[in-house]
Amino acid sequence: MSRSLGKTAAAEPTPSPLLEVRGLSMRFGGLLAVDTVNFDVRRDQIFAIIGPNGAGKTTVFNCVGGFYRPTTGSVTLDGQPIHHLSSHRIARLGLVRTFQNVRLFKTMTVVENLLISQHTQLETRLLHGLFKTPNYRRAEAEALERAVFWLDKVGLLPVANREAGNLAYGQQRRLEIARCMITHPKLLMLDEPAAGLNPQETRDLDRLINDLRAEHGVAVLLIEHDMSLVMGISDEILVMEYGRPIATGTPDEIRSDPRVIKAYLGEE
Amino acid sequence: MRRVLPEALLAAVLTAVLAVPIFGLRIHVDGIDVSLDRTPTPVIVAVVVVFLLRLFQEPLRAGWARARLSITWQHPLADALRRTRRQPGYRALPWTLLLIAAVVWPFTASRGAVDIMTLALIYVMLGLGLNIVVGFAGLLVLGYAAFYAVGAYAYALLAQHFGLSFWLSLPIAGALAALTGFLLGLPVLRLRGDYLAIVTLGFGEITRLLLNNLNVLTGGPDGIGNIPRPTLFGLEFGRRASEGGATFHEFFGIDYSGEHAVIFLYLLGLALVVSILFVIDRLQRMPLGRAWEALREDEIACRSLGLNPTVIKLSALTLSAVFAGLAGAFFAARQGYINPESFTFIESAMVLAIVVLGGMGSQFGIMLAAIAITALPELAREFNEYRMLAFGLVMVLMMIWRPQGLVPAVRPRLELPERSEPAP
Amino acid sequence: MSGSSLLEFIQQAINGLTLGSIYALIAIGYTMVYGIIGMINFAHGEIYMIGAYVGLLVITVLGLFGVDSISLILLATLAVSILVTGSYGWTVERLAYRPLRGSPRLVPLISAIGVSIFLQNYVQLGQGARDVSMQPVLTGGWRFGPEDGFQVYLSYMQVLIAAVTVVSMTVLTLFISRSRMGRACRACSQDRAMANLLGIDTDRVIALTFVLGAALAAVAGVLVSMYYGLVNPFIGFIAGLKAFTAAVLGGIGSIPGAMLGGVVLGLAESFASAYLRTEYKDVVAFALLIGVLLVRPSGLLGRPDVEKV
Repeated sequence: MSRSLGKTAAAEPTPSPLLEVRGLSMRFGGLLAVDTVNFDVRRDQIFAIIGPNGAGKTTVFNCVGGFYRPTTGSVTLDGQPIHHLSSHRIARLGLVRTFQNVRLFKTMTVVENLLISQHTQLETRLLHGLFKTPNYRRAEAEALERAVFWLDKVGLLPVANREAGNLAYGQQRRLEIARCMITHPKLLMLDEPAAGLNPQETRDLDRLINDLRAEHGVAVLLIEHDMSLVMGISDEILVMEYGRPIATGTPDEIRSDPRVIKAYLGEE
Repeated sequence: MRRVLPEALLAAVLTAVLAVPIFGLRIHVDGIDVSLDRTPTPVIVAVVVVFLLRLFQEPLRAGWARARLSITWQHPLADALRRTRRQPGYRALPWTLLLIAAVVWPFTASRGAVDIMTLALIYVMLGLGLNIVVGFAGLLVLGYAAFYAVGAYAYALLAQHFGLSFWLSLPIAGALAALTGFLLGLPVLRLRGDYLAIVTLGFGEITRLLLNNLNVLTGGPDGIGNIPRPTLFGLEFGRRASEGGATFHEFFGIDYSGEHAVIFLYLLGLALVVSILFVIDRLQRMPLGRAWEALREDEIACRSLGLNPTVIKLSALTLSAVFAGLAGAFFAARQGYINPESFTFIESAMVLAIVVLGGMGSQFGIMLAAIAITALPELAREFNEYRMLAFGLVMVLMMIWRPQGLVPAVRPRLELPERSEPAP
Repeated sequence: MSGSSLLEFIQQAINGLTLGSIYALIAIGYTMVYGIIGMINFAHGEIYMIGAYVGLLVITVLGLFGVDSISLILLATLAVSILVTGSYGWTVERLAYRPLRGSPRLVPLISAIGVSIFLQNYVQLGQGARDVSMQPVLTGGWRFGPEDGFQVYLSYMQVLIAAVTVVSMTVLTLFISRSRMGRACRACSQDRAMANLLGIDTDRVIALTFVLGAALAAVAGVLVSMYYGLVNPFIGFIAGLKAFTAAVLGGIGSIPGAMLGGVVLGLAESFASAYLRTEYKDVVAFALLIGVLLVRPSGLLGRPDVEKV
């Protein structure tokens, strides 16, 4: 049995979810791309949004991440409303994302990509850098160490000095995740992380996501088309169609929901 | 051939339409009588040239491609150069040799040549400064001369009204230019990058306008004269010392020579350029410099990682303005006299041409281009008339054929030391 | 407000509307190009300047043949000037912008400023750097107000400028909203990639946009050469800057916005030069640009654009 939306929040036992999305709508001209979406992501939860192409999943991401200003509705991260904030402020609050078509800094090396994402934590004061003060040197060394740690974690250490644009597609996806994780996020949003990966890489990704949650205490919100990945990894799933939410529930509930089967799985 | 002929004819007709009103019929005004001079020759030449080029476009292109292929194939020199530039430590030796040569050179060269090179050094400073915002951050600034003017007028006015020395005025000039850049960028940089181009273009015009009209402060079109020359630890380079001052030649007990002042100015300019190069080199390796490049490459990705684009762009514009301010103060000191004519749009365009020609982001290329563009009009006087025409053409052609410039930038890549990299 | 100062106000409003019509005509070229390829076409002011030169040339030629019918002069100058500037618009797009499609944003921007510098100096080479002036073609006008006090002067030329502007804009609006090519233009400004997929030849649409913009700039150029009778190779620079301001003021990408922005800017300048100092009218225009960017970056009639992520 799946529950219809709106009752979800009341039915949840956890008092304060990490991310609360309430009545989120986004209108582009005459098109209502997202229509009154509600959902919660708890700490330590892996939450998936699925639905056919054009269902408005990425638009939800863009609204939550501050790239679009939602037409109506509210988004709260850790009790703080964020729907009026700009994307970089939201990122600093601990909500970071990857992109459907990977956005790396392609002409920079893999290490440099990881240093840029630590920009907000680094010594960026001008004079410190110009005169290479001890503080500055220490901060740079620590940043490099963190970069090495994460490169090792996602298996990219051997290609650390390559230009990011020259990596294989699967490596680029992993680098993008490492680039997010190095900022110590509370919530990691992954936009179709398995797109373009081969079965082995997808299994590795499954393991990586589980590991990120277990060892680094990050909640994960993902959009994905690969059903085996979604069903295996998610604690809770939201199904969207034509911008509207049609069901939420555990993977088992979603699998047996007739509306979902009709709208989505049935067509597969 | 059957398809090419009508197209060539069309191109020829188009050329005639374009050329006749500009070069074929010239308006001649004599008092209140307006008459027309008919000059068909340039039009006919243009039409014939375009017709032939269009007619033989295909073979010409093929020939050009073959020629280019053979050039790159026959010149391993280019490859070798590229390889050495990649090597660690490649920077130290050539740069040191270059610096020694630059320091020794004025003592062997003529006074006129040293003077021109001093001017070239000013354009090097301006080019390097503009490169921060255009080359690194990828933002177009079209009124760079305005910041240059702020620096120049700052020193001139500080010296005139408060008797401040060059050395004290220099940082103030830089700071004032920075403030100007900051205040200008603040409202604009929140928006799409290209608004900056038009706003700075407007700002450049307004600055010139204000300099011309605020007579009380700036002296209007007449400008400000009698700007004191820089001193060397208080030693002056005049024939006679000013009240309470000492002169260089008396202090060292040598004969007075006008060349001392010229060489000193050159070396001062060189020192400024070297410091600017040092700062830029550090900046490129700092988080801030990395952020500029990241922002140029993908602003959305930057935002998704918590980088504030407005602040980062603003820092680039502000720093870029500092260097223009320093160059301006030095310019005022060299000339001894400034007026608004030195800070027109032409000046901004020239600095942009230097950056584009040398290669956006490429310090070395920009220095070469600055020297070439300053020295060329001195070598070939007739070039002056076509200078701006050539700058415009160069900008377009470079963007089409070689947007990376004549000496493409080699950015300092940050790499992990070998130890942490197991064999692949 | 006393009677005389009211009349003075009306006079400035008339002058401002005249100037505003010119700005509006040029601004449309900026706004259409920006709407379709998202680029500031810096060379557009130069196209207007060429239009003004052609206007003077044709008037001079007609004068040599003894033509003095004002409607014939107007039609002939407009036709020739539109042909020439349209050709310039097309050629510039074809040679300097089309090869750069798909490059980073900075690249076409630099090319455009290059074209602008080139054209300014190219005309200077052909026609000389000096002001070219001539006798006004159409003189006279109406006076209103008391015999002994301030009189409002409305010249025939001002009426002509307003009339020609209204006609040109009506023709453009009809073309954009009714014709096949106009529909393709609108489709491209919404989503160029999609329009391309649907079989619209986007290169042709872009070329057409440049030609249309150039044609309206030609109209502005001809009107200016008839009104002031004074042209030099540098008039395009500042007029282009002002017209761009007008386009931003009205909301860049919006054609009605460009018209409104032009009129507002014309009025602002006219009042500024009357009630402040003439030298500062450019400063006022620039302050207005900064002000709009600060307060309402999407302009008076523009829609805030949503960046595609």
